[in-house]
Amino acid sequence: MALFQDKKAAEGGPYNWPSRKDSKVIGKDQTRLDTLAKTTGAAKYTYDVNLKNQLIARALGCPHSHCKIKAIDTTAASKVPGVVHVHVFDHAKADSEISWQGELLAVVAAESEGAAVEGVSKIKVDYEVLDSFTNDEDLDAAEKAGRTAKGPGKAVTVREPGDDDDEDEFVDEEIARLLKESAHVVEGYYGIDAITHCCLEPHGSTVHWEGEKLKAYLSTQNVSGTDDGFANDLGISADAVDVHCEYIGGGFGSKFAPDYWGLAAAKISKATGRPVKLMLDRDQELKIAGNRPSGYLNVKLGADKNGLVTVWDSHHWGTSGSRGGGVSQSVIPYVLVPKNYRRRSTQVKTNTVRSRAWRAPNHPQGCAMTQTALDDLAHKMGKDSYDIFMTNLANATNGKEDVYAEEMKIGAELMGWKDKWHPHGAQVVRRNGRLRTKKRGALVDGLGMALHTWGGVANSSTCQLKVYPDGGVESFCGTQDLGTGTRTVCAMVLAETFGLTVNDVKVNIGSSTYPASGASGGSTTVGAVCESHRRASQDALREIMGLVAQKLSVAADTLVATGGRIQVKGNAKKSVSWKEACTMLGMKPLEISRSHKRGDASPLSNQGVGGVQMAHVQVDVETGVIKLNKFVAVQDQGLVINPKTCKAQIYGAVIMGIAAALYEQRISDPKSGAFVNAELENYKLARLGDVGDIVVHLYEPESERQRGVIGNGEPPAISPKAAIANAVCNALGVRVPVVPMTPKRVLEAIRTAGRA
Amino acid sequence: MKAFEYAEPRNEAEAVEFLADDSVKTEVLAGGTDLVGLMKKMLVSADRVVNIMEVPSLQTIEPQEDGALLIGAAVTLDEVLAHPYLENYPAVTDAILGINSMQLQSQGTLVGDLCQRPRCWFFRNGQQLLDQQGHVSEGDNRFHAILGNSGRAKFVSSSRIGPALIALNAQVRVIGPTEDEEQWIPVADFFVTPRHDEQRETILLPGQLVTHVVLPPADSRYNATYEVRHGEGPDDPLAAAAVSLTIQGGVVRQAEVVLGQVAPTPWISSTAADVLVGRSVDDDLAETAGQAAIAEATPLSQNGYKVDLAAVAVKRAVLRAAGLETGGF
Repeated sequence: MALFQDKKAAEGGPYNWPSRKDSKVIGKDQTRLDTLAKTTGAAKYTYDVNLKNQLIARALGCPHSHCKIKAIDTTAASKVPGVVHVHVFDHAKADSEISWQGELLAVVAAESEGAAVEGVSKIKVDYEVLDSFTNDEDLDAAEKAGRTAKGPGKAVTVREPGDDDDEDEFVDEEIARLLKESAHVVEGYYGIDAITHCCLEPHGSTVHWEGEKLKAYLSTQNVSGTDDGFANDLGISADAVDVHCEYIGGGFGSKFAPDYWGLAAAKISKATGRPVKLMLDRDQELKIAGNRPSGYLNVKLGADKNGLVTVWDSHHWGTSGSRGGGVSQSVIPYVLVPKNYRRRSTQVKTNTVRSRAWRAPNHPQGCAMTQTALDDLAHKMGKDSYDIFMTNLANATNGKEDVYAEEMKIGAELMGWKDKWHPHGAQVVRRNGRLRTKKRGALVDGLGMALHTWGGVANSSTCQLKVYPDGGVESFCGTQDLGTGTRTVCAMVLAETFGLTVNDVKVNIGSSTYPASGASGGSTTVGAVCESHRRASQDALREIMGLVAQKLSVAADTLVATGGRIQVKGNAKKSVSWKEACTMLGMKPLEISRSHKRGDASPLSNQGVGGVQMAHVQVDVETGVIKLNKFVAVQDQGLVINPKTCKAQIYGAVIMGIAAALYEQRISDPKSGAFVNAELENYKLARLGDVGDIVVHLYEPESERQRGVIGNGEPPAISPKAAIANAVCNALGVRVPVVPMTPKRVLEAIRTAGRA
Repeated sequence: MKAFEYAEPRNEAEAVEFLADDSVKTEVLAGGTDLVGLMKKMLVSADRVVNIMEVPSLQTIEPQEDGALLIGAAVTLDEVLAHPYLENYPAVTDAILGINSMQLQSQGTLVGDLCQRPRCWFFRNGQQLLDQQGHVSEGDNRFHAILGNSGRAKFVSSSRIGPALIALNAQVRVIGPTEDEEQWIPVADFFVTPRHDEQRETILLPGQLVTHVVLPPADSRYNATYEVRHGEGPDDPLAAAAVSLTIQGGVVRQAEVVLGQVAPTPWISSTAADVLVGRSVDDDLAETAGQAAIAEATPLSQNGYKVDLAAVAVKRAVLRAAGLETGGF
């Protein structure tokens, strides 16, 4: 559906935010409006939607990571009592090649889940198993297997080649010269494994047809944009598709489309004339519904005597699945880019499903693979990591070095950095090749930090606002609440504008029948809905104030809306109640639609944030087990609408980061290529007891506040891996090169360092 | 999950009767924390599920005259934890607390812990439990066995509490397959390493049921369990050890050392126990016992790190049993 059909939507204004002093709702902690519904189970997620007479569908996933389908026979499945319909995907017909494990081959729709599962078990498939390759970390093996392709790269040097110079040779020589002349050189290997999105609510939908119109209850981050996805494949217009998603149990960048299984549900529903519910199983969710590319990097960097990196030379590789891909070269090195650098990349093609956007695509990997190298420079120089990071802010490419510097100071204070700091490995000694603590016991502690950047531009959004003559306020917007508090933010903006409370307004989101709003990806939602809701409400208020001004015989620009009244500023006696004001609208509600278009300059929103994070860990040198003591996140995001949910967003991001730093990895079996831990037992995530004390500070001086609203969904999820990895290195004096830093990897790194 | 017949016996005799029917494939349901998952994945397809939770004789913890404790098969882990007599068996309570999940503790049973199937990810993903054409030995075996793995069985016993029960010389009462059959079996003999695909991981035959665990009097035995756990979740430990020590005059007179998560059964290390007997426990002795416990280890291609962890688990279990600081988490 086109996002903007109403040309009038851009009219109105001017738009602005109230000052910090004048804000009554914005900037104050507000509990999510749907907290009660969620905690009592009243909130209906897609998985909770059950329609009368519906069929339950289950899918057969391919057990092999690479194979050919010689034949598929669904006869026995169709005969299972209760099975109503069996759908075989076109890509699973005879002679099809399947390139990753878990790819869905067929769907069985039945009267009950039991019958559907039994039906799936009766599908007979004759597979020809083919060689597979999943070892994305082993570049030599990938090259031998013919699974690599040269990826993009870039070289920049201060000195430029002469007209007669061969450019590649010049860069070779220049990088070599710069490294040779560097006061300090670090050579290292760093990596970050592929992880999955691991949504607690799996992908899926319940769909049914009302005549030629499709109604889809879809677990989606893209309510307004998914109708196209259904329509294009089903040969209907987008107008004939309604998508609903009141609540979603996690998306993280993986739920922007109906997916081929959603389309299958629609087709089965059409064929059977009954509603169909198809949600992925847990293993299918992990195997095919989203993963983040892996990245592994070799680097040599050179720094001057002060520790400022002056030259960077790296080669990284990794995979986004069967087509290669991997981490974008644009984030290497991350944020802190010296004047001379060369970054090369190789794409590794594996028998794994293609990756999807994962919270801050590319940035966590870029941060984890490169800010660890910067920390190793501090280690090598025997310097405090904080000082080396501070020195290298001079290399920041986003113009935020002053913000970073302030955030580092705040973070260090909150962490107690100075008191906790010790040189890398200061608490350990080597005895008989084994790492031991200097004091009794096996525990050592360490500090680490990292910093990040992100855009967070406001997405396109339209808000239709209705102000009723009885004072009721209701908004309609085809956005979605990922659980982060979008619904609440919309209500806060309306309440602020009208001088009401959040309980006085009703926010309607989560349906494509409402005016379109952009997908929730890239930290674009809070800006989007603030833009559309503030615009609509400010223009509505202006109309109402015009009426009130007449009644009070004052100029409209002397009026303010506050405390449930519209009054002359500073003179509460000259006022009318909000309800009374709204009765002046007459019989019909005031209806206003206002939009914001992504990329348009606006006083209400902005883009471009920084953020600094610090970790304090304890490491058991005998077992390799790591525990977080304390984690500090200092984050800027312009104007903060709701500090409570803003902080919650950061807590969640940090916890995800801790999971990726210590626990989470897609484990591919070296023999079969199977994703062996595609469940929630051995696909390990951080639990409450694993996260330590997380301290969040919202960096919001007036200079930030004046920038307007900026999304913060992605940025705080970027730095944890590097910060924690650096803290572990500080504790052990040994770099554990690849995250997650499992006990296995920690012990192996200690052993390898001992041999060296 | 395929449809099944559900039976709810009212007494032990009925339970045996339901289980002894050769014409149907039966499974015992207690807490269901393992069985239900297996059935949902269709790794187990029972024709009849026999729920023993409503059998009164299985629902109690009964102190015996000799000081022993009789724990029924329907007793949940949190009921065991809450029982005042259990304070003398920290090896057991350490292991239950280590499960770290209120859901598993309140739903799972002590006997169920002994009877659960291996967590081996090949098995749980529908492959053979026993190594076949190298799918385990050449596959990702990072969590597999480092001891007792010379045969096709390379998985690790998933029992969290079995090592403690063995270290404390506990027994199980087994009834069936006929009504009058009853056996008392040391927990040490309860676990077996399967040698072929039809064999299970315990001595239980079709139609047999564990009704009780008997914990002998703790007397003055010092005992503890130490698990090396990756995180604070309910995941299986990477290595574990339970130790029971009889200490007189500061000297170990008798010792039991049993490792968990390292072999297809809980692994009794008499070598480690021998190291301890006749000596006073200190850091060095505990370290030596740990090294003795893994002297015969035969790690697979990807689990060499578990050898170190097993040694640490033994060391720390010994220290903890003796009331000393472990030095680690």
